[in-house]
Amino acid sequence: MSAGQETLQKTAVTPAGGLKPRHKRLLWIIFGLVFIAAIVALILNAFGSSITYFYSPTEVVQDKVPHGRAFRIGGMVEGGSLVRDANGLTVHFRVTDTAKAVPVVYTGILPDLFSENKGVVAQGKLDEHGVFQATQVLAKHDENYVAPEAAAAMDAAHKARVAETVKE
Amino acid sequence: MIPEIGQFALILAALLMMVQGTLPLMGAAKGISAWMVLSRRTAQGAFFFMALAMGCLIYSFIVNDFSVLNVASNSNTKLPLVYRIAASWGSHEGSIMIWVFMLGLWSCAVSIFSKHLPEEMVARVLGVMGLVGTGLLLFLLLTSNPFERIFPVPAEGRDLNPLLQDPGMVLHPPMLYMGYVGFSVAFAFAVSALLGGRLDATWARWSRPWTTLAWCFLTLGILIGSWWAYYELGWGGWWFWDPVENASLMPWLVGTALMHSLAVTEKRGTFKVWTVLLAICTFSLSLLGTFLVRSGVLTSVHAFATDPRRGMFILVLLGLVIGGSLLLFAFRAPKVGTGGTFKIVSRESALLANNLLLTVACGTVLLGTLYPLFLDALKLGKISVGPPYFEAVFVPLMVPTVFLMGVGAVARWKEAALPDLWARLRWALAVTLIVAIALPFILGRTSPMSVALLALGFALALWIITSAATGFLDRIKYVEGSFAAKLARQPRSYWGMFAAHLGVAVFIIGVTVVKGFEAERDVRMTPGDSVSVGGYSFRFEGTTDREGPNYMASRGTFELSKDDKAIRKLYPEKRKYFQFGMPMTEAAIDSGVFGDRYVSMGEPINDGKQSWSIRVYHKPFVTWIWAGCILMTLGGLLALSDRRYRVNMRRDVGLEKA
Repeated sequence: MSAGQETLQKTAVTPAGGLKPRHKRLLWIIFGLVFIAAIVALILNAFGSSITYFYSPTEVVQDKVPHGRAFRIGGMVEGGSLVRDANGLTVHFRVTDTAKAVPVVYTGILPDLFSENKGVVAQGKLDEHGVFQATQVLAKHDENYVAPEAAAAMDAAHKARVAETVKE
Repeated sequence: MIPEIGQFALILAALLMMVQGTLPLMGAAKGISAWMVLSRRTAQGAFFFMALAMGCLIYSFIVNDFSVLNVASNSNTKLPLVYRIAASWGSHEGSIMIWVFMLGLWSCAVSIFSKHLPEEMVARVLGVMGLVGTGLLLFLLLTSNPFERIFPVPAEGRDLNPLLQDPGMVLHPPMLYMGYVGFSVAFAFAVSALLGGRLDATWARWSRPWTTLAWCFLTLGILIGSWWAYYELGWGGWWFWDPVENASLMPWLVGTALMHSLAVTEKRGTFKVWTVLLAICTFSLSLLGTFLVRSGVLTSVHAFATDPRRGMFILVLLGLVIGGSLLLFAFRAPKVGTGGTFKIVSRESALLANNLLLTVACGTVLLGTLYPLFLDALKLGKISVGPPYFEAVFVPLMVPTVFLMGVGAVARWKEAALPDLWARLRWALAVTLIVAIALPFILGRTSPMSVALLALGFALALWIITSAATGFLDRIKYVEGSFAAKLARQPRSYWGMFAAHLGVAVFIIGVTVVKGFEAERDVRMTPGDSVSVGGYSFRFEGTTDREGPNYMASRGTFELSKDDKAIRKLYPEKRKYFQFGMPMTEAAIDSGVFGDRYVSMGEPINDGKQSWSIRVYHKPFVTWIWAGCILMTLGGLLALSDRRYRVNMRRDVGLEKA
């Protein structure tokens, strides 16, 4: 970036046109600032609308999550919680961080590696009944690999439990 | 025995690279020619031993030598031969190995095709490459030895990740790495120019072909990766803005800027400082790409191998290479000088603006890719930055880039007159606007948003085509002779640019039409059911079981038809690999010039009627995306074969001798 401006300025020093070099340089600087401002505005605008935050099931149950805005949850698919609608592609399951669990509904085809007792990350919104309406379900790509988000959620729950045991 | 030979060869290669990275550089600094001439021999020697080591590794995979940990964890006796060979670079160790092997290959190529270069320059270029190679080889030997043995020897290997058992995977990493590593040549040329203070048009002409060739490989590598994701992952997408994809896109964007900046440095002797900086950035981003993918910091398909120690090593290496070269740049760049001057309205300006736009685009991708990592590292929460971000910043940046691409190719060097440009380009502009606005309506779109997006895409593509046509007509206007003779007079570098720019247009058409007209349906199907999408009908006829070499598959049969006329059968599969126990979707695609019909199987539904969840797509013009990339690559290769490089090289030699 800085070298870009440097080049700009150097080209601006060359006497050209009817403008004095000093004015010309000023013009370039103003142009550069406008350009940078436009880029920053573009990035901030894009960031504002498309960042998705990640929460653990415990945080969802404690209601620390945004309402009416999409976010991600991660953890493990609780064993025995997977239920498929009799006619259709809708599935119900619970995502747990081993401390708390959140019910999730998803309509569509699940990824290859989605299964009970395996790590999962889901993106979607929480509805008024406390059910997570997932629009996207991601599963890991290797049976030994757990998505960092899912691992972190389970790790946090584990630490919280240890802390509680110590308090007791 | 063979793995030990490989191991020794690696150590010898490392020692030779150390010599290559030190003595010639010192020789060039002190003017000791006996040290300088070492560079060629050591580079060739290092390559010989790297090739030997690579051969030993591939051999170990071919003969299923499971006493080698790398082989045991990534291969299997049931794995087909071609994938056993590909498995040599499928693992972390193997991929770093092929990285260094390619660095050896490129240095060897430089040592052979540099007869016309001054000895000092060769010494510096190969010296810098030797230093980089030493770093990577130490990384390989100290943290990720591909020849590590295990005892007791397992009877059977663990198999290669099923996702990687694919023809795309045989080609994708070597191509991509050829591109990444190829930019090390441009980097070495830039650093040696800073060291030696020689940076002129001749220098640019020397480094140009290398840069273009690396760019061609990178383009091809990204293309194969995208195509592979499209048919293998079963999601029908061709670009996900996944961090790993971004890691390869960033050097491509800056590399594209570098290629154009080098053209200006060669033709007009200007942009020198900028060119050097771009060369440093391109290679740095290539290294960063390797780091991002291989250190396991990303939540991604590619993070198979995770080991923080390796991450640390690469990070330090990255710091040394980037920090060192930027420091050198800061001290030496002012000595390089700026070169010729130009007016605001000129081809130089258009190229400079596009350089900036490409660099900024790369910066925004970098930000979107690294921001979540920083937040996570600072314990400020976990976030993900999705495709909407990248699309929202990328498209607005590419619009002016494509516009200037058209203007720049037509504008004159040094000083162009606006009225003249307007007179030459107004017809192109008129045709572009009229056709682009009419086309969405002709194709039956009426909603304002959809029409606007389609019109924008078509306008960008048409603008490239019409302005390139204008430039072409201008070029041949004053050439004597028949039309064929006029065509033959144009140099290959011109045709290269023409083809590459048309490639961008083809690519944009592909993206626009796919985005605007693709259709997707997730359905539950019982044998006998039909589903239609995009005017095509898919009839599910049932599944049969099939046994592959290292997997069991449920194979579905679908009949594809249009207007009740059967076109062909499609056989998607759901595979279960023995060693991994993980299911894999193998999509079936009916591919054509004007679009793909794509079907992939979800999972069986236990309703006693042998139903499956099925996903079908219609992807119009999706092949144009890849055709565009191939055209760009061909353009690069054409430009590379321009006789100017060969002729001028000979003239340079003549000058030096005289």
